[in-house]
Amino acid sequence: MVEWTDQERTLIANIFANLDYEDIGSKALARCLIVYPWTQRYFGGFGNLYNADAIMNNPMISAHGVKILHGLDRAVKNMDDIKNAYATLSELHSEKLHVDPDNFRLLSDCLSIVIASKMGYDFTPDLQAAWQKFLTVVVFALGRQYH
Amino acid sequence: MSLTAKDKNTVKTFWGKISGKAEDIGCDALSRMLVVYPQTKTYFSHWKDLSPGSAPVRKHGKTVMTGIGEAVGKIDDLVGGLITLSELHAFQLRVDPANFKILSHNILVVLAGMFPNDFTPEVHVSMDKFLSALALALSEKYR
Repeated sequence: MVEWTDQERTLIANIFANLDYEDIGSKALARCLIVYPWTQRYFGGFGNLYNADAIMNNPMISAHGVKILHGLDRAVKNMDDIKNAYATLSELHSEKLHVDPDNFRLLSDCLSIVIASKMGYDFTPDLQAAWQKFLTVVVFALGRQYH
Repeated sequence: MSLTAKDKNTVKTFWGKISGKAEDIGCDALSRMLVVYPQTKTYFSHWKDLSPGSAPVRKHGKTVMTGIGEAVGKIDDLVGGLITLSELHAFQLRVDPANFKILSHNILVVLAGMFPNDFTPEVHVSMDKFLSALALALSEKYR
């Protein structure tokens, strides 16, 4: 079971309370597809991914980025049992979507960078630690049902 | 995943914009690394103060960024140009190479925070590739 300090719970709750899903979600996914181009393999049906500009302006990618970011909501609501909260999503990513779980880590890194970009100095080392711990737990839970 | 001519140009141009703040970048990146990845503190048990922004952290951040600046200048031959630094890390410091990735990530986070408008996805990918290539060059003499 993951132990969260009160400080960590507060820090994470604050991030989500002020999160602009439309902005952050779309930017994080676009950045992931640009920085780690092999991740584009999962987006064959998403239209023009020809170059960075095309990816950043692609409405299907934007919408999907927002959807993915909302996927974190269930972790915030179930901080003390993230593992089980993601059981069905993990199965989905493994059995239906066939996503290599290393991609969850790549997207997490891009998410942290986009949030750092938005928050500047407010993204303190302590906040980064809590945020990355949170993402690590989610990533682990998402990979758990793979076999 | 070697550096293209475009990557090298992007890195040199971006470095030109940020090098004035190299010490701050190094200090912040190192501070974050020690907080977010506490296992990295094991390399600094000889420091009096490991807290973010402390004097030894700032000084060492500057050392690291000076090395990175040197690497930018030798971007056309990182392995050849960084032999001495590689020997230092391999034989004396013996830093587990996994930590290069960790520090690189924190450098990227700091760059995103300090230069949100310049650290575009295209700059991000070139810098990520550069730091990876640099880490590889530093690991060259390990075994």
